[in-house]
Amino acid sequence: MKWKAIVLPIVVAAALLAVWAGVWATGAFHESAFPSPLAVARGFGEEMRSGRLLNDSITSLFRVVCGFLLAVGVGVPGGLWLGQVLAARLAFLPIINFFRNLSPLAWMPFAILWFGVGDAASIFLIFLSVFFPIVLSTMAAVANIPAVYFRVAEDYGLHGRERLTQVTLPAIMPQVITTLRVTAGLAWLVVVAAEMIAGRDGLGFAVMDSRNGLRTDLLVTAMIAIGLIGIVIDRVLVQLTKIPSVRWGYDR
Amino acid sequence: MNQLVSLQLKNVSRSFGEVDVLRRISLEISRGEFVAVVGPSGCGKTTLLNLLSGYDRPTSGTIESSGRRRMIYQQDGLFPWLTVNENIGLGLRQLHGEREREGAVTDLLRLIRLEGFERHYPHQLSGGMRQRVELARALAGESDILLMDEPFSALDYLTRMQMRRELARILAERPRTVVLVTHDIEEAAQLADRVVVLSERPAQIRDQLRIAAPRPRNLTDDEVVQAIHRILTVLGIEHEPERATEMERTL
Ligand SMILES: Nc1ncnc2c1ncn2[C@@H]1O[C@H](COP(=O)(O)OP(=O)(O)OP(=O)(O)O)[C@@H](O)[C@H]1O
Ligand SMILES: [Mg+2]
Repeated sequence: MKWKAIVLPIVVAAALLAVWAGVWATGAFHESAFPSPLAVARGFGEEMRSGRLLNDSITSLFRVVCGFLLAVGVGVPGGLWLGQVLAARLAFLPIINFFRNLSPLAWMPFAILWFGVGDAASIFLIFLSVFFPIVLSTMAAVANIPAVYFRVAEDYGLHGRERLTQVTLPAIMPQVITTLRVTAGLAWLVVVAAEMIAGRDGLGFAVMDSRNGLRTDLLVTAMIAIGLIGIVIDRVLVQLTKIPSVRWGYDR
Repeated sequence: MNQLVSLQLKNVSRSFGEVDVLRRISLEISRGEFVAVVGPSGCGKTTLLNLLSGYDRPTSGTIESSGRRRMIYQQDGLFPWLTVNENIGLGLRQLHGEREREGAVTDLLRLIRLEGFERHYPHQLSGGMRQRVELARALAGESDILLMDEPFSALDYLTRMQMRRELARILAERPRTVVLVTHDIEEAAQLADRVVVLSERPAQIRDQLRIAAPRPRNLTDDEVVQAIHRILTVLGIEHEPERATEMERTL
């Protein structure tokens, strides 16, 4: 079983590489529109040596982390509040639903007008794209806590702050972690789009810049980096689901 | 209220809006007594327990109680994010001193025969084991009155039978006043000192039966079989033997 999990993905990746090389060899596409695997490998080496790939990756990750943490910091407490206070829910839910269904990319012009080109514009867009799903999911999780847990909390003398930290928060933790995984992936998608238009660096800018310079080899290099870092982000967040006190939410 | 009385209901009624659920229930439960309440589904058994626990108030009538009350709910009431140890520890929050608490948890684990599972989470235990942990948590910290709402109804038949034995054994070691709500008549007959039979909604006390035999009782003991028969007769499900012979004669 174990070896299959390692060997099979390698076989698939190798096959994909072979198809890529095969299509390139037919010459159906012009060289400038379809780089060879070898050209990409060379481009990759070039980008690594110049340090640009590393810098762009760090820049994009920094923006994602900032926007994401900001959204979690405001969104989770906001969701807790909405989940517990009916009046708050009635007041805010329609407007939250409105903004959730508004593509964050529509904010792009304002992001640039308000913050100019740079970190702040991307962070703003990432915040907008993940804040609303986090608020809504936290709110739903709180509303779905079985009432019996609060009865038990009352019986055993857990009130106020203790009830929040020892009952409400642990009860929603599995669902919040699942939401964090989904929204982190979303944030990583959004940062690339944001940087393509509102950036002067970062992996999204690298994509745009390679296109403008007709360097499709560097374009693919940036794409590969984006995909790999996306996987790493999810792998890191999966670790949260291994915390013993949240396992109950996943092993059913 | 008399020193020997744990719970006392006088003419207690409870209605939700137009719906009368409990009607003029009067009941006195002695210290250390095991009372089972049986009745049809939806007749108001959980409502009665909510009144006894103090969570809910009667529409009319009075309820008095003496002692710390603990409830075991119809739904799974263990916190899934806490280990067995931590769940039981909840019942000991008023105890000061880490040592004291640890000692008490160890004693309770031995009592419910779950030594070695202290670091397990509820979802890693079987249904019967989870019920034993609930029992330990409710017994912890010297509670006086146990209110149980169909605690074994989600278990399979054999596990349920074993849990009856366990409960009888545990109560022999840690005596408590118990009110057990159930629709399992065998369970009531095998465990209770007194069985209170409720009518359909609005629930009234239809009859009360005393069962004097000491615990633990076998399901097939004469006293238990007779008690089952009497309860079923009160519920109109079985008939008195005389009437059966009468029917045979008419045939
Ligand atoms: N908070 C409430 N508001 C309105 N009606 C209620 C409320 N609680 C209970 N009832 C009603 O009271 C009746 C009795 O409910 P209860 O839960 O006490 O029944 P039960 O005997 O425990 O049933 P079961 O055997 O299915 O557990 C039901 O008809 C229910 O609809
Ligand atoms: Mg009930």
